[in-house]
Amino acid sequence: MAKFTDDTKRRLDALIARYPTSQAALLPALWVAQEVYGGWLPPEAMQEVADHLGVPASDVAGVATFYTMYNKRPVAHHRIEICQNVACMVNGADELIGYCERKLGIHAGEMTTDGTFSVERVECLGACCHAPALMVGSTYYENATEQTVDKLIAELADMPSESVNPPQSQMPEQGEF
Amino acid sequence: MPVEQTQLLYRHRNVPGINRLETYVAHGGYEQFRKAVAMDPEAIIEEVKVSGLRGRGGAGFPTHIKWNAFPKNRDVEHYFIINADEGEPGTAKDRDLMNALPHLLVEGCLCSMVAVRAAKCYIYIRGEYIEPWKSVQKAINEAYAAGFLGKNVLGSGLDFDIYTHLGAGAYECGEESALMSSLMGERGMPRLKPPAAPLPMISGVWKRPSVVNNVETAATIPAILELGGAKYAEIGVGSPRSRGTKLFSVSGHVNKPGIYEIVLGTPFSEVLDIAGGVRDGHQLKTYIPGGSSMGFAPPTPLDYPFDYEGIPQNTQTLGLGSGGLMIFDETTDVFKVTHRLVDFYHHESCGKCTPCREGLDWLSKIYARIAAGGGREQDIDLIWDICDSIRGKSFCALGEGAIWPVMTSLRLFRHEYLSYIQHGRNTYSEAGQLGA
Repeated sequence: MAKFTDDTKRRLDALIARYPTSQAALLPALWVAQEVYGGWLPPEAMQEVADHLGVPASDVAGVATFYTMYNKRPVAHHRIEICQNVACMVNGADELIGYCERKLGIHAGEMTTDGTFSVERVECLGACCHAPALMVGSTYYENATEQTVDKLIAELADMPSESVNPPQSQMPEQGEF
Repeated sequence: MPVEQTQLLYRHRNVPGINRLETYVAHGGYEQFRKAVAMDPEAIIEEVKVSGLRGRGGAGFPTHIKWNAFPKNRDVEHYFIINADEGEPGTAKDRDLMNALPHLLVEGCLCSMVAVRAAKCYIYIRGEYIEPWKSVQKAINEAYAAGFLGKNVLGSGLDFDIYTHLGAGAYECGEESALMSSLMGERGMPRLKPPAAPLPMISGVWKRPSVVNNVETAATIPAILELGGAKYAEIGVGSPRSRGTKLFSVSGHVNKPGIYEIVLGTPFSEVLDIAGGVRDGHQLKTYIPGGSSMGFAPPTPLDYPFDYEGIPQNTQTLGLGSGGLMIFDETTDVFKVTHRLVDFYHHESCGKCTPCREGLDWLSKIYARIAAGGGREQDIDLIWDICDSIRGKSFCALGEGAIWPVMTSLRLFRHEYLSYIQHGRNTYSEAGQLGA
């Protein structure tokens, strides 16, 4: 069932207006769709984007599957994404990932059975000078320790994801002009 | 030259509220844009040429050559594009700059747009950088409200629009032509380059004249206009071809990891000191001078000028790169670090060309087997052979960058590979040995 409201379509039109072609709005449009569809992109979401942008559904699928941050499966409310690249690795990222895994009783890449948390290994977050770093929603936690993780998990456990972090796709409004 | 006296980009880095327009303007912000908008575009390009500015993203290509290739009229739309898809492991400078000094980026874009006769600019920010993205978008909104963006800006008769464009997690999009593909709403795959294809400055995004510049490159333009190209070119203590200052992200085993603005040509040992030196009680084993694609360098010599030309040939690294300096001490398992990088490049290979896609898949499998204790003596030759099949044969620089840490680590730390092959573990890093 279609989930795009008039408001969604207004947002997409504002994005399309930024570019010479509607296809160029595909990446930002997929961010909006991911937000509307609860954090991931089921085939219907891709179809709605394709219909609104006038781009072949196959192109939309091609783009959506190319980029790591478009989720092709449902995701946990709170995704603890820990950088595993070398600057973090030599500063204890693997140990931190292991700690999260044990604490939540899951492996990296999995989510808890209630869908509240997941632990994910991600590539360089660009926080190399404050390693190890992790990201939850749109917020970075740098020089992260086991205590950081304890505190985060305790705080986030009862909160819906939106109240803690704005959805990643939330567009800052382009100024009035 | 003392470091404090040569802060250009980071002069006001720690001024409270410098991310807001009013504070930025109170510290001289947008003065250079006021100057630039009244200047002949050719005169700006000339200043940049005299300054000797080279792209700060990694390749170090002279900025003025790119800009000079633009058509000298406004018959069609020109596009100025900022590469803020910072993803090179070890590099964190653009994130810091966008968070702390978003108006410096906006002003730099505006000055650059005058020079290349562009009315539209897209800032391509990687998907993970939500905070920098908001910071920059807020600055753009403020600049519109203050009349630095919009129609007939400052009565010049020129229109300027800057848009942010959020990526979605693809290292490859930091490659100029892949970034342009991604901006046009396609998969982030690289395209043919000159001479096989027209210059992007002639036919880039949407087949219009376009240029892609790094965040730091654009943010340097106001300083060049303020000082004048000739004065800017006096800054630098090394090669005559490496002028000005550069942001370095120093990470790994140092006492004070962080982002530092350093005069090009400063001796490497001094750069290391600025970051507090190797962490206390430990010794330098190896380092990566400019982002992981540059490869590992030996711990000697250290007194060479740290700039585009200064990195000694014998290090066999590719050079200064993006300024992502990673320091490793004797506890580092270089095989494991390289394995991690191989897996990174394997994951990020876009899949367009066979050498990179298949080669990195094989490398990843071989490293995993060695790490699991199933290594064979002939694996070393096999790794070399695969590197040979990628080197100079991949479609873009990703493949080349992927094998550089592999080849340099094999040259310097072959014994660690052999230790894994013979004992299933790294006896050298366990014992804290610097070399064989």
